[in-house]
Amino acid sequence: MILDSKIPEGPLAEKWEKHKFNVKLVNPANKRKYDIIVVGTGLAGASAAASLAELGYNVKAFTFHDSPRRAHSIAAQGGINAAKNYQNDGDSVFRLFYDTVKGGDYRAREANVYRLAQVSVNIIDQCVAQGVPFAREYGGLLANRSFGGAQVSRTFYARGQTGQQLLLGAYSALSRQVAYGKVKLYTRSEMLDVVVVDGKARGIITRNLIDGKIEQHSAHAVVLATGGYGNVFYLSTNAKYSNATAAWRAHKKGAYFANPCFTQIHPTCIPVSGDYQSKLTLMSESLRNDGRVWVPRDVATAERLRKGEIRVSDIPEEERDYFLERKYPAFGNLVPRDVASRNAKQMCDEGRGVGSSGLAVYLDFADIIKRTGADAVAQKYGNLFDMYAKITGENPYEQPMRIYPAVHYTMGGLWVDYNLQTTIPGLYATGECNFSDHGANRLGASALMQGLADGYFVIPYTIGDYLAQTPPTPVTTQHPAFAEAEAEVRARIQKLLSINGTRTPDDFHKQLGHIMWEYCGMARNAKGLAFAKQEIQKLRKEFWSDLKLVGTSEELNQALEKAGRVADFLELGELMVDDALARNESCGGHFREEYATEEGEAKRDDDNFAYVAAWQYTGDNQPEILNKEDLQFENVKLTQRSYK
Amino acid sequence: MSWISKTFSSSIGRKIIMSITGLFLCSFLVVHLIGNLQLFKDDGGQAFNVYSHFMGTNPIIRTVEWVLVLGFGFHIYESFVLTRRNKTARGNGYVTDHAEQNSPWQSRNMGLLGTIILIFLLVHLYNFFYRARFGELDPDINNNDDLYTLVATSFKQLWYVILYVAAQVALGYHLVHGFRSAFQTLGLNHRKYTPAIKFVGYAFSVLVAAGFASMPLYFYFFK
Amino acid sequence: MAGSNPNAKPMNLTLKVWRQKNRTTQGQIVDYQVKDISPEMSFLEMLDVLNEDLLRRGDEPVAFDHDCREGICGSCNLFINGRAHGPEAGTTTCQLHMRKFSDGDTITIEPWRASAFPVNKDLSVDRSAFDRIIQAGGYVSVNTGGVPDGNEIPVPKDIADRAFEAATCIGCGACVAACKNASAMLFVSAKVSQLALLPQGKVERKTRVENMVAQMDKEGFGACSNIGSCAAECPVGISLENIAILNREFLSAKATSNNLA
Repeated sequence: MILDSKIPEGPLAEKWEKHKFNVKLVNPANKRKYDIIVVGTGLAGASAAASLAELGYNVKAFTFHDSPRRAHSIAAQGGINAAKNYQNDGDSVFRLFYDTVKGGDYRAREANVYRLAQVSVNIIDQCVAQGVPFAREYGGLLANRSFGGAQVSRTFYARGQTGQQLLLGAYSALSRQVAYGKVKLYTRSEMLDVVVVDGKARGIITRNLIDGKIEQHSAHAVVLATGGYGNVFYLSTNAKYSNATAAWRAHKKGAYFANPCFTQIHPTCIPVSGDYQSKLTLMSESLRNDGRVWVPRDVATAERLRKGEIRVSDIPEEERDYFLERKYPAFGNLVPRDVASRNAKQMCDEGRGVGSSGLAVYLDFADIIKRTGADAVAQKYGNLFDMYAKITGENPYEQPMRIYPAVHYTMGGLWVDYNLQTTIPGLYATGECNFSDHGANRLGASALMQGLADGYFVIPYTIGDYLAQTPPTPVTTQHPAFAEAEAEVRARIQKLLSINGTRTPDDFHKQLGHIMWEYCGMARNAKGLAFAKQEIQKLRKEFWSDLKLVGTSEELNQALEKAGRVADFLELGELMVDDALARNESCGGHFREEYATEEGEAKRDDDNFAYVAAWQYTGDNQPEILNKEDLQFENVKLTQRSYK
Repeated sequence: MSWISKTFSSSIGRKIIMSITGLFLCSFLVVHLIGNLQLFKDDGGQAFNVYSHFMGTNPIIRTVEWVLVLGFGFHIYESFVLTRRNKTARGNGYVTDHAEQNSPWQSRNMGLLGTIILIFLLVHLYNFFYRARFGELDPDINNNDDLYTLVATSFKQLWYVILYVAAQVALGYHLVHGFRSAFQTLGLNHRKYTPAIKFVGYAFSVLVAAGFASMPLYFYFFK
Repeated sequence: MAGSNPNAKPMNLTLKVWRQKNRTTQGQIVDYQVKDISPEMSFLEMLDVLNEDLLRRGDEPVAFDHDCREGICGSCNLFINGRAHGPEAGTTTCQLHMRKFSDGDTITIEPWRASAFPVNKDLSVDRSAFDRIIQAGGYVSVNTGGVPDGNEIPVPKDIADRAFEAATCIGCGACVAACKNASAMLFVSAKVSQLALLPQGKVERKTRVENMVAQMDKEGFGACSNIGSCAAECPVGISLENIAILNREFLSAKATSNNLA
C-alpha cells in the first residue's frame, strides 16, 4: 500500500489554514446524528472528547481508570512549550518548529510539526480560560522558563506539576460535557478490540474491569488516545497500567505501526534498587543545570564503593571522573537526553557504576551547595530533593544523588496522516499513541503540547472531514463484525485463563523487559537484536503454555488484565526489534553501535533512512511488511548534531 | 421559600446553624458567668439574689430566655441530625483506626462532650432554674427569693461538686473546639486573624470553664 | 539487593488484609506472612511480593488500586495501621517505603471506608462520587476556541499561587477516609476555592458552589465538623483554609444568588 500522508499543498505556514478551509464541514444540525468513540481520557483523549462534544457530536469516552483524572499525563512535571514569545527573546512559530524538527533528529514530518507550533499558542489561552493556575510573574502575567536546552524561554509551567494541572483542566472540560449529557463516560472499561466494518472503524469491544462484562460499542468514528508503549520495558517512568493493548489491537486490525523502535530514555531517573522494583521515577531534567555528573575514575574504587567498603566522601576529587564535562566541554552536563543517557550506560558498562547494583552514576550538588548555600538549593530544588529522600532514604544535601537512565516516552506509535487518521478509515490516533510529531527524539515540554494540540485543535477539524463523507444514519452493533470481534475477545480471555501453568504475568513481563532493555535499549546492534528476536519468540511461546492465572473473567481480576497486556507487549516487543534491525543508522533515541561517528556519537544516514517506517501486520507469527513514507525537508537543512 | 429550607437542610447549612447557635450560647455563657460572679460577694447572698430576681422577672430577659431555649434546641437538634448523618456516611467502620494520630481528641468527641453537658444542663436546670421559677424558695432579708442559700447548700454535697466540675471540664473542651470551629464554619478564616481567633478561643474556654468550676469549689472548700 | 544501603536487613511481616469478594458480599480480615521484605521497597512493591506469592500458590491476589506510583495520580488508597496512606505525613501509599516499618511488625491494611465509596473488591473502592461532584460544577464553562489571550487578564501572583495550591488535590479520597464523618468537604473546597480565587472562575462561582455542595450531599458524604483529620492526612497538604472559603462561598451564594430553587 502506498502511504498517503495527505499533507496539504502550499507554503508551510499556510498549509493548516488552507486545509481548515478545504475540509468538509458537518452541518450543525447533523452533528448530533454522529457518534464518536474516544478511547483514553488523558490529555489527548479528554481534550478531544470535550471539544467534539462541544461541537455537538455524541461522544462515548472510555478509560480503564476509575476516573479520567488518573491518566498518566498527570505525572508530567516540567511544562508545556508554546511559541508565544511573551519574553521578547526571539521565539516564533518557526523557531519552535525548527527546534522540534532538529531535536527529533530530522525524522518527523515538517507539516505536522509546523501545525503543532502554530496551535501551541492557542493551547495556553485555552488552558488559562479553563482556570489552569499557571505560574505568574509579580505583575500578574504568565511566567516562562527555558527547558531542555532550548535557547528561548517558551515553557509555561505550574510548579513541577504542569501535567497534573493541564489534565485537570481537560478533565473539567470533559466533566462539563458529561454533565450536559453530550459525553457518556465509561470508566473501568478496557478496550480489547476495534471493530472494522467494510474496511472502516465502526466500534470497539470493551471489558468492564469490575464485573468482567464484555460490551460492544458502535460509532461513526473511533479515536484512540491511549498513550505510549514504554512499559514494554517493564521498568519505565510510565504508570503501572500504561499499556499498548488498544494500539496493538488496532494494529492487528489493519492500522500500521510507525517507528516502533524510537523510544526515549531519560537520563535522570532514580536507579533500580532491587528485583522487586515495580517502576522508575523521573527526577526533573532541570537538576542537570546545577548538578555535576561523575563516576569513580578507577574500576577498583567503584568496586569497593559498591561493596560498601568505602563511602562516596572517601573518594578524593582527583579520582572522580566528571565524564560529561570531560567529553563535551561546550555543553558539559547539559548535553541532550540521549547523549547523557548513553554516556551513563557506557560508564556502568566499563564497571565504574555506583550503588550496590553498579547501575548508577552520581549527580553531585556539593559545588552549588558550597557556592550558594543549602537554602538557595532548597529554594530551587526542594521538592525534588524531598522526593529523592523519600524514595531512597538518602539525603541529597549530604551525599550525591544516584541517577540512571530509564525509558520515558515512545516517539513511535500508530501511523497517522496529516488528519491524524490511521490506515483504517475512521480510526484516528492522537497524543503519544500516534507517531507523528517528535521524530526520533522528543524535546522536553513537547509531549503535553502535542497531546493537547491534537485533542483541542486538530481532531475537531479533521474528523469532520471524514464524517461529512459518512452518511448520518445510525450505526448499530447489529453487523456480524461486532459479534465476531466479541467472540475473539472472549476466546482470548478464556485461553489466558485456561493455560494453568506456573509463571505469573509479571514474571513474563519482567523477563521481556530485561531482553528489551539489554538488546533494544539505549544502544543496539544487529547481533544483539537478532538474539533478542529469538528470545522474545521463545518467551512468547512459553507465555502461552506456562502462564498462571486464578479466578474468573466475571470479576475484578487484575492479574488477568495484566496477562492480556503482557501478551500484546510480547508481540510489540518483537516489532520494535525488527524496526531497530531494519533501521541501519543511528538517530535520536535509536542508537545502533555499528553506525557511530569516530567519537562514538550517533550517525544518521539521510540518504537511505529519511523515512517513516510503517509496519503492516500480516498474521500471527508472520513477518510484518515494512512500508516507507519518505520525509521531505524543504524548510530546514539537515545537519549533524554536535555538542563538543 | 424552598431555597431557605434547602439551604439549612444542606450539610453546610446545618453546620452554619450549629455555629451560629454555638456562638450565641457562648455569649450566654459570658452573661451567665458574669452574673454568677456575685456569688463570690461576701454579703450573705443579697446581691446575688437581687440579680436572680431581676433575671427571673424582667420582661426583656424573659423574652430573651425563649431565644436561648431556641438556641439550645436548635444546637442540640442539629447535632443529633448531623451525628446520624455522619454515622451513616461512614458506614462500616475501620477495624483499626488511629485517628488520635491526626486530630485532637475533643474535636472528634464533640457529641460525647455535648451529651455530658446536656445531662449536666438538665440536672442544673432542675436544681436551680426550676426551683427558683416554679418552686418555693424562702425569702432573704430583702424579700427576694433566696436562691443563694440553695446554691450554697447544693455545693456542700460532694457528688454535686464533682458533677459540676466534670461538666465544666467537658464544657471547656467543647469550647476549645467549638469556638474556633464556629468561625471556620462561617467562613471567617484569614491568615491574619485566624491565629488570634484560635488564641481567644483557648483563653475563652479556659476562663469560662475555670470560672464556672470555681463556684462549686469555692462553696465546698471555703464556705 | 538494596541499592543505597547494601547492609539493609530484610524483614518478615504479618499482614492483616481486608478481603472482600465483591460489592455485595461481606468482607473479613485475613492474615498473611511476607518474608524477606527489603526496607528499600515501596509499600506497594511489598504487596506485589505478596500477590506474586499468592498467584503462584493458586490463591487470588489482593486487589488494590494504584497506577503512577509517583504520588500524583491519586489511585492508591490504602488505610494502613489505622491511618489513611499509612504512618508518614504528606505521603501517598505508593510513596510510603518499607523502611518506615520494622522486622516482625503486624500491618493492618483496609480499604477506604465511606458509604459513598463502596468496596469493589478487597482494597479497591469506587470513588466515582468525586467525578459526579466535579461534573456538578467543578469547571469553567468555556468551549474550545474563542478564548482571550492568556495574558489578557492578569492574575496577581499570590492569588495564582493560592489557586495552584488548592488545585494540587489528587482526588485520592484520603480526606474522606480519615474524616470521622466521611466528609468530602476538603476535596470539594479545593476545587471551589481554586476557581473562586481565579478571575476566570469567578463568573460562575455562585452556581458552582451551590451545585457542587448539593451533589456532595446527594452522594451521602458526611458534614464537616472541623476536626482537621482530612488536612492532616492529605498527601499533598490541601489546607483547611479551603473549607472556610467553601463555607463562605456557599453562604454568600445562597444569600445573593438568583436561584430560588
